[in-house]
Amino acid sequence: MTRPQPHSQPEPRSGSRSGAAAPPPAAALPGAVLSLRGISKNFGGVRALSDVSLDVRPHEVLAVVGDNGAGKSTLAGVIAGAYRPDAGQLLLDGRPVVLGSPAVARSLGIAAVFQDLALCHNLDVVENLFLAHEPTRGGFLDEVAMERKAWELLGQLGTSVPSVRLPVRELSGGQRQVVAVARALLGSPRVVVLDEPTAALGIRQTAEVLNLVERLRERGHAVVLISHQAADLQAVADRFVVLRLGRVGGELDAASVGYEDLLAAMTGASRPGGRKPR
Amino acid sequence: MTPVPAPPSSRAPYPAASAFDSDAPFARLPRLLRRLPDRELGMLPIIGALVLIWAVFGIINPAFLSAENLVNLTLQSAPTGVIALGVVLVLLAGQIDLSVGSVSGLAASVVAVTTVLWEWPIGLGIVLALSVGVVVGLTYGLLATRLGLPSFVLTLAGLMVLAGVQLRVLGSRGSINLPFESWLVDFAQQGFLSPAAAWSLVAAVIAVVAAVQLLERSRRARAELPRASLARVLLRVGGLAALLGGTVAYLGTARGIGYPVVLFLSLVAIVDVLLRRTRWGRSVRAVGGDRRSAMLAGVAVRRVTVSCFVACSTFAALGGVLAAGRLAAANQGTGGAETYLTAIAAAVIGGTSLFGGRGSAWSALTGVLVITSISSGLTLLNLDTASRYIVTGLVLVLALTADTLLRAPRSR
Repeated sequence: MTRPQPHSQPEPRSGSRSGAAAPPPAAALPGAVLSLRGISKNFGGVRALSDVSLDVRPHEVLAVVGDNGAGKSTLAGVIAGAYRPDAGQLLLDGRPVVLGSPAVARSLGIAAVFQDLALCHNLDVVENLFLAHEPTRGGFLDEVAMERKAWELLGQLGTSVPSVRLPVRELSGGQRQVVAVARALLGSPRVVVLDEPTAALGIRQTAEVLNLVERLRERGHAVVLISHQAADLQAVADRFVVLRLGRVGGELDAASVGYEDLLAAMTGASRPGGRKPR
Repeated sequence: MTPVPAPPSSRAPYPAASAFDSDAPFARLPRLLRRLPDRELGMLPIIGALVLIWAVFGIINPAFLSAENLVNLTLQSAPTGVIALGVVLVLLAGQIDLSVGSVSGLAASVVAVTTVLWEWPIGLGIVLALSVGVVVGLTYGLLATRLGLPSFVLTLAGLMVLAGVQLRVLGSRGSINLPFESWLVDFAQQGFLSPAAAWSLVAAVIAVVAAVQLLERSRRARAELPRASLARVLLRVGGLAALLGGTVAYLGTARGIGYPVVLFLSLVAIVDVLLRRTRWGRSVRAVGGDRRSAMLAGVAVRRVTVSCFVACSTFAALGGVLAAGRLAAANQGTGGAETYLTAIAAAVIGGTSLFGGRGSAWSALTGVLVITSISSGLTLLNLDTASRYIVTGLVLVLALTADTLLRAPRSR
């Protein structure tokens, strides 16, 4: 799986927003917060994403599933602003946007939890939560406000972090996950992208994270949940988008889809017959 | 502060409040040690080492601990300490600058040439010397962040280039003496705080520290956050008062606290506050700890890195200016190999990690005190430069070992 390396990415060509060769982008689905239209991304000779289109709606958990190498993390990076697509458009509330960096994405209300969590292990929980968004008081960091808000956030997530002043390197995998999710929720983003949030977790913590995802949906966030553990996702997803070899292999309604259908779509053993081919 | 309303279940989310205050003192000691921030824990071994070095040299030769020798020691430490402070900043940001010696030598030469040969006012010469530092740091920063050049080799190249420029600036004379009447020489050699000034400064520092600590404690209490016990605060402030008061009293029996020393200590304190209490400082540590994560969190990684390079070169230039004032001269040897080796070694010996993200401004002070003490003690024992190099090198290996061992559990 390719890791985001935004520093090595070249500046986007001005044509990348509406490439001459690309088909005219379709309009966004009405009601969608975020829409992707014809997104492609190459890494050298490797085509990680090819003509991917999908819509994310508020109050909805969109699960993106796919086997290893299907382009899931690249998709997360594109939505979170860590990668710039080579072709295609991102539409926020129907208006095209360019996400130049994770900071830009965040300021537009798109927050991401990356697969490796992107926490600084030498900083403590509070420092990580507020990194680059610290509240200040007379020019100096307002540690009291930060620490209080940190406890509040972590309390909402029902967490077991022993102290918010512990360096992140001393936390367990599940606790780190909670810290990363809590950081994404600061500033009340409209779209939350979770890339493989359960991959490193045990059974109980997985259940906690899935609970958390449902709570995000209840609060009105649009959640993009990316995983290859299709079984976990079935408990919380409203819709599935199946990625296979960088392309959208199918879009499935969670209410009617079975585990075998998902596996079939992920592996390409057979197309999900008659349900909703794209 | 914007008051945050207490969450509905306001008792549950604060487990640390009880864990912090109610345990038996002995049971919580190991945990307390572990919970001490890197900054405080990292200072303990180096302060122990300093005490040990002073004890050993003091026993061998009591003259070492005489007030006059310690005053000399502080005066010697100041220029190198200022340079080491800059090195701390680049190391914290996960970079390195090997050229600080050349920058300081060039700055010293610029001051000497402009004031002696061109007859500029010395203030203007100093400003020009500091601007040289700014430009050098900006160049390193931009090359390192825009082109991604590794700072180790980049600044090694800068070391050579700037050493050449220094020789050019000095010209065929090779050495230029500063007039003894110039205020820079007076400041660096003859400037000492009067006892009244020294004691009022100590009182002011203690008052500010105590006020900040108590204010923070009461704010945390109001926010229902765990807070340090009053005894702990008093202990901290009392310890600081004893340290400062003892130093001023003892050094006061000789010439006292020199102006360059005051300047160095103030810079350390300012950088410490910037590092711990501002967004910039936090982003420096984040960038040094994990560059990619910091970037993804929205830290302006390039700007932070450039700022550290600029600060480092500017401090190096300032150190060179102080050294020129102290020697009342600038020559081809000013800022030679020993300068940058000592400055970088001081930062690392003081406890700033070569691997980035861990360290504190105070490590510049403790590190440079250790190195200068060793060199001063060995000189008093009539040992030559060779043994000084060897001993300092061995101490550096020790510090490096500690640094690496401290880092090991983190990369699990």
